[in-house]
This record gives sequence, structure tokens and C-alpha cells, in this order.
Amino acid sequence: MLKGRSFLEPMDFSTEELEELFVLADKIIQEPEHYTKVCEGKLLATLFYEPSTRTRFSFEAAMLRLGGQVIGFSEPNSSSVSKGESISDTIRTVACYADMAVMRHPKEGAPKVAAASTDMPVVNAGDGGHQHPTQTLTDLLTIRKEKGGFDNIVVGLCGDLKFGRTVHSLIKALSRYENVSFILISPEELRIPEYVRKEILCRNKIPFEEVENMQEALPKLDVLYMTRVQRERFFNEEDYVRLKDRYILDGSKMKLAKQDMMVLHPLPRVNEIATEVDSDPRALYFKQAKYGMYIRMALIMGLLGIA
Amino acid sequence: MVVIDSIKTGIVIDHITAGLGMKILEYLDIDTTKDTVALIMHAVSSKYGRKDVVKIENVSDIDLAALGIIDPKVTVNYIEDHIIREKVHITIPERVVNIIKCNNPRCVTSVEAGAPQIFHLIDGENREYRCEYCDEIISMKGGYSNEIIHKQWFDR
Repeated sequence: MLKGRSFLEPMDFSTEELEELFVLADKIIQEPEHYTKVCEGKLLATLFYEPSTRTRFSFEAAMLRLGGQVIGFSEPNSSSVSKGESISDTIRTVACYADMAVMRHPKEGAPKVAAASTDMPVVNAGDGGHQHPTQTLTDLLTIRKEKGGFDNIVVGLCGDLKFGRTVHSLIKALSRYENVSFILISPEELRIPEYVRKEILCRNKIPFEEVENMQEALPKLDVLYMTRVQRERFFNEEDYVRLKDRYILDGSKMKLAKQDMMVLHPLPRVNEIATEVDSDPRALYFKQAKYGMYIRMALIMGLLGIA
Repeated sequence: MVVIDSIKTGIVIDHITAGLGMKILEYLDIDTTKDTVALIMHAVSSKYGRKDVVKIENVSDIDLAALGIIDPKVTVNYIEDHIIREKVHITIPERVVNIIKCNNPRCVTSVEAGAPQIFHLIDGENREYRCEYCDEIISMKGGYSNEIIHKQWFDR
């Protein structure tokens, strides 16, 4: 039962609950016309303290396609946050008006503070370099639809694994499935955080390798998850410039990969995937973005108790 | 040889790792203008070689969780009428609130003053704690005093 709950990290829902969402998303994809009014009279608040295009649009489109309505802000200067209001006070006020809230915040754990201050469902739409669980739902739905499931796959994650919140959430979520292994491709400075290595991978005895060479890893992968090196996460511009062009997936590298390897990317991309790869049938990142809207529709319905 | 009298009523914190006695006193926020306190440093210990000991007269309520984080091998003796009424061996706490401060500048606790600082023990041997909000791991082994929040910051 998802009604009334918050979704702050992938482990908040059991694998059975996630499966319910995937099944519902599948139904919505097949017959979207049956869901155009299910959220009539419901209001979603989108609290974006940090810029976002696709996550915010995806949530707003999801709610509007379900017949609900949306209020919110897309940058904190246009709200009382700029007057110094706390997260806790903001969410309590928003809860007076809306039925659920989606929050993106540059500080890690901010949605958890919000959820602890209200009974209204709060969804983490990305908190700093920490977690991005609805992107993970998107990633999982894409893998499930294209591979048929999550068991027995080798997943390569490439790029900024330190600040890449989508990476942390995806590893956490996939760690609960059978015989999943990871190849973590990054420069030493951008390796996964200690808590992911220790608390998720080592504790659960999940096989993983940390490598720097993308070409050597490519032939072994069933899924390649590319990420952008995010300028906004660096305190030092020099480090960003040094690391940003380290991994670029292009047509020649794709020749090294399996014929059925999936290429995923949470988007936006800068230059880490050459545009020539877009026409490769293995490049699924735009399809993935579309699945993102459907899984968010399923999530909204679940948290509002409509599913 | 220094001789310090026994106390009639109060607390004796024994087996403190040599050098940590002052830190424990600081955290406990004992009013040294009012309470009678003895801090014995680098005393000879048959068990540990050297140790610190703290004696506090007329105080019976201290934060054992904080002691467990700063120095989990201490023993707390509760004294009444010069007799040890209770001896407590400290254990390292599983969950602590407002004792450790998160040192991750990206953590929400750096901007949300009202959010309690909550940490969960993940590795008792290495005294490693994980922040409830950002998952930052902090090891308290080796006396990382910067992460210990002084009690008076909350009480005053």
C-alpha cells in the first residue's frame, strides 16, 4: 500500500511494490486514455530549489495527463525561500494547499527533512549529489521493458560516480535483484562514495569492479549507464575542466559492445555521448525519458491512493 | 603520588583513554564553579597502562550515549554514601541524536537549523556512523573531536 507514503530513496519501496508500479506504468502506456481523469481535483506541488527541465516537466506532464493540477516554483528566488524560510516551514505551508509535493534541492537529505515535517507524501526529485529515486524508477522501467527483468545482468556505470545521484540510487535499487554485477568506470577522483561501496555493495556481497578504462569494460556489459560530469557539483573549476571530457561514447566504441547492450543516460547530456550514437538502436535514452513520465504517473497514483 | 579523596555522592568515570578526560568534561558541560570535579590525567592503570579518571560530586545524570561515542571503554560508577551502588560499562550506541555533527557541506543539516543531527552506527569496531540525511560516514575512532557537538550548544 503506497497511499500516503513518501518516496525519498529507492529502498523506501519493496521490490514487490516497485513491481506494482511497473505493471501500472505498463497499463498506462498501453491505454493512456483510461487514466486522463483519475487525478481530477488533486493538486501536485513542485518545489524546485535547483534548476531542472526534464524531471519537473516530467512530473508536471504526468500530473496533467492524469487530470490533476500543478502549482510550484522552479527556482527559489521566486518564493519565500529567498526570505530565509526553512524547508520545514515551507512544506508545512504547502501541505495546506496541495495533496502531494515533489522536491528538488541542492542539499542532501532536504526531502527527508520535508517528509518528516508533514503527513503529505513527499517525493525526492533529486537532492544534491545524493539520490534521485524517480530517475531510478525510470531506469528500472526501461531495463525491465527492454530486457524483461533485472536478474543476471552486468551493469556498467560510467562517468561521475561520486556526485552522480542517479548512479547511487540505481546501484541501491539493483542491489536487491539476483545476480546483478557492476563495472564502475570512472577516474579515481569520481569513484562511488564510501557509503555506496561499503553499505550497499560490500555488505550485500555484490560483485563489482572499479576500472578506469571504458573500452576494456564495454564488451562485458548488458547495460551501459552514462553520466555527465556535473559542473555544479564541483567546488573547484579546475577539477571540473580536467575531468569533464574523460569518457566520450562514440560510434567506434559502440562497436566493442554487445549487440543487445542498452545505452542509458539520465540526461541532459553534454558531450559524453556523441550524437552519432543516437541512431544506434541500442541508444535508449530518449525512450527512457518518455518512460519517465509514465512511471511518474504510476507513482503519483500510488501515493495518492488512486491505483 | 597524588591523593584525591573519594566522593560521598556522585559519579566516577573510570578507564578513560589517557588524554580524553578533558574532552569528556567539556562535552558533559559540568559547572566547575559549582560542582566539585576532579580530573586525574595519565594515572597508572593495571588494565590499560595509563588512563584518565573524572570524579564529579553530587551529579548523577550524565549522557551515556555521548560517552559511548567519545570513549566506549569507560566505566561509570554511581556513588552513594562512599559506596559504588551501580557500575555501568558503556556500550557504543546504535543511534545518536544531536551528539555528532555532520561534516558534509552538502548535507541539509548545514542549512536547516531545526533538523536534528541523527546518526546510525554502521561499524562498531571502527566506530563508524552514517548520517541519516546525506549518508556521509564519519569515523569516531581516534578522537575526531570536531564532529562531537558540545552539549551546551543545545541546552543554552
